Amino acid sequence: MSRIPVAAAVGLFFTALYFLAAIFAPLLAPYGVAEVVGDVWEPSSATHWLGTDNIGRDLLTRLIYGGRTTIFIATTATILSFTTGATLGFLAAVLGGWADQVMSRAIDLLMSIPTLIFALVVLSVMPVTLPVLILVMGLLDSTRVYRLARAVAVDINVMDYVEAAKLRGEGRVWIIFREILPNALSPLVAEMGLRFIFMVLFVSTLSFLGLGVQPPAADWGGIVKENKDGIVYGIPAALLPAVAIATLAISVNLVADWILNRTTSLKGGRG
Amino acid sequence: MSDAMLEMRDLRIGATAYPPGEPPQDIEIVHGISFTLQKGKVLGLIGESGAGKSTIGLAALGYGRGGVKITGGEVWINGRDILKGGLRGLRKLRGAEVTYVAQSAAAAFNPAKKLMEQVIEAAVHHNRCSKSEAEARAVELFAKLGLPDPETFGNRYPHQVSGGQLQRAMTALALCPQPDLVVFDEPTTALDVTTQIEVLAAIKEAIRDTGVAALYITHDLAVVAQVSDDIMVLRDGDKVEYGPTDQIINAPQEDYTRALVSVRSINHEEKSPTPDPVLRVSGISARYKGTSFDVLHDISVDLHPGQTLAVVGESGSGKSTLARVITGLLPPSKGEIEFSGRTLSPALEGRPREDLRELQMIYQMADVAMNPRQTVGTIIGRPLEFYFNMRGAEKRQRIKELLEEIEMGDGFLDRYPAELSGGQKQRVCIARALAAKPKMIICDEVTSALDPLVADGILKLLLNLQKIEGVAYLFITHDLATVRAIADSIAVMHRGKVVRYGPKSQVLSPPFDDYTDLLLSSVPEMKLGWLEEVIAHRKMESAGN
Repeated sequence: MSRIPVAAAVGLFFTALYFLAAIFAPLLAPYGVAEVVGDVWEPSSATHWLGTDNIGRDLLTRLIYGGRTTIFIATTATILSFTTGATLGFLAAVLGGWADQVMSRAIDLLMSIPTLIFALVVLSVMPVTLPVLILVMGLLDSTRVYRLARAVAVDINVMDYVEAAKLRGEGRVWIIFREILPNALSPLVAEMGLRFIFMVLFVSTLSFLGLGVQPPAADWGGIVKENKDGIVYGIPAALLPAVAIATLAISVNLVADWILNRTTSLKGGRG
Repeated sequence: MSDAMLEMRDLRIGATAYPPGEPPQDIEIVHGISFTLQKGKVLGLIGESGAGKSTIGLAALGYGRGGVKITGGEVWINGRDILKGGLRGLRKLRGAEVTYVAQSAAAAFNPAKKLMEQVIEAAVHHNRCSKSEAEARAVELFAKLGLPDPETFGNRYPHQVSGGQLQRAMTALALCPQPDLVVFDEPTTALDVTTQIEVLAAIKEAIRDTGVAALYITHDLAVVAQVSDDIMVLRDGDKVEYGPTDQIINAPQEDYTRALVSVRSINHEEKSPTPDPVLRVSGISARYKGTSFDVLHDISVDLHPGQTLAVVGESGSGKSTLARVITGLLPPSKGEIEFSGRTLSPALEGRPREDLRELQMIYQMADVAMNPRQTVGTIIGRPLEFYFNMRGAEKRQRIKELLEEIEMGDGFLDRYPAELSGGQKQRVCIARALAAKPKMIICDEVTSALDPLVADGILKLLLNLQKIEGVAYLFITHDLATVRAIADSIAVMHRGKVVRYGPKSQVLSPPFDDYTDLLLSSVPEMKLGWLEEVIAHRKMESAGN
């Protein structure tokens, strides 16, 4: 921890800023999320720092609450995709044989369908509520995590220390969680950062297409959609959530890079 | 300096170290080495890993491996300082005036190109000669190095020739541009003893015939004694001793050199067999899943309590497979294993915990035999927890006792494997096996990845522990010196069969069968002229037949 590179520090700062804003949204936001407080697309002023949106709600408030929704969905979906994907991936690697074949080919099948189209189809027939949204996103993304986790675990599974544990008579649970997991953690943690960003982009895309978070609840993709017509009149309201998405993506990426660098043995360090 | 081919003056080389948990720091790994090499002479660089011998060898090409920089001194080749010539000068030098033979020929050749193309590449590229001249020269070298069908040998791909042949092809590659200096970096270390001797003889002859100067890097003093005129002993980047081969081998001045010369001179009294062997392997045959041939044919050996059975053979002889069969990882297709009076279940899954506990294993690569994310305490403590249900203070106490037994203090309890040296890692693995209070330990090449002096320490420790704990060892190795040092009985394996088996004294004394004779006579001896003797002897024998 002695030295944090500038890039990582910037990343950490913005990531922390967004997460804190998300957690303390009700305390920070100056107005209510669905409260109409002014005219349509007012420019920024002392009362409305970032102006108002297409129906006169305070844009800063919308952005703070929008971040809260976006980050919440992305986080829970990431956790879901990681627990499912990693557990199944490790299991496939340890079991091997036909169990591995069946699981891997089923995952291949799922991955062969473009994620966004798959999600659109599922969400158009199911009621779009938060749990459904998170479930769909998490499970679809867990295929990618499965691939990575299995690949990493297959490598670890043939190490002599795993063989030693098998010869000792250890059960599968010990082998997966005590021998494999700790050694697979660093690539998985780095991947987690990237997957989180994909989730943010994914939920924003879905909302922009109208199949994600439903109004009047706010989320960044939704805010872009609501204000996109303003761009024609030179109103920047739609750009602000886009900037938020971009900065969050970049800063989480910077943090993930830093973690990866710190924990891989490639550079000699062991975290 | 009339005919000084290579001269190093106060060579200093630095690198960046990454100590665990600390910021990287610059360190010096070679501290002011100076020597002169005349035309047509061979200088042996010898030392343990980390001595800086490869680094110095590469410095003769003006090259430093990733992160390694030449920080001071001069390297003179043919009367000019190559470090001052810049990259352009080095490009002209490398592959033309100075060439390099790497340890692993298999990794150094491009598998997608034919051998001839690669052997003549440097010579043609540097305009040393035309393509047809280079090819003619390559064929000549193939013949000189004793490769089969020298005319057509170059048409083969690297995977179509054996490891020993590939290493010789690499020597041809290095000699083809008619260099003034060749750097041999452990060219025979990865080979079996019986192959090593052929390659060694071929290299020696080629050096003599072409009159190049050579730097010969190895960790095996007996090997370097056969090929070099002078020897420099290195340790931690410092020169320990530098002199003619004869003096270094027969009258070493420094303690360290003396220790290297007398390595593996452990004296071990052979114990006689007992009526009740702890392990009785009878009529074992085995094959790998999906293959149609047996890797083990009808193996029968006994191991007696408190004794050591050495299983000797070259790579591919099936000795590690035998270990897999005994541990249950590979159920045999025929035969039976009896262990302390009980018949063992063929597959690992069918064995009760007591059988698993009494039969432990130690691996060749201690680095990968320990989970890098567990501390020494966890690694040694787990068998205690698992087999004896020990917890808390009792477990901690026992771990401390075990650390004492392997001659390491309890200060190591909370260290990670990455923070241990190679020898310490292997000691921890031994402690992990001992923690289960086994009757028998399978040692799979446990010393072959270690430096000679460290390996010596491990062997002494194993013998000592055998005395105290009465544990039996099944000791798998390719190294006959190790076998002499520790075995009570020996099984020589060749192509999946036991070709010779019995008490040590009997196996190691004549009359020999052909294979055992070949194996025994191939082990380099620490004396001058040994190589010539063996080769002459073999020529005579084959002429007699």
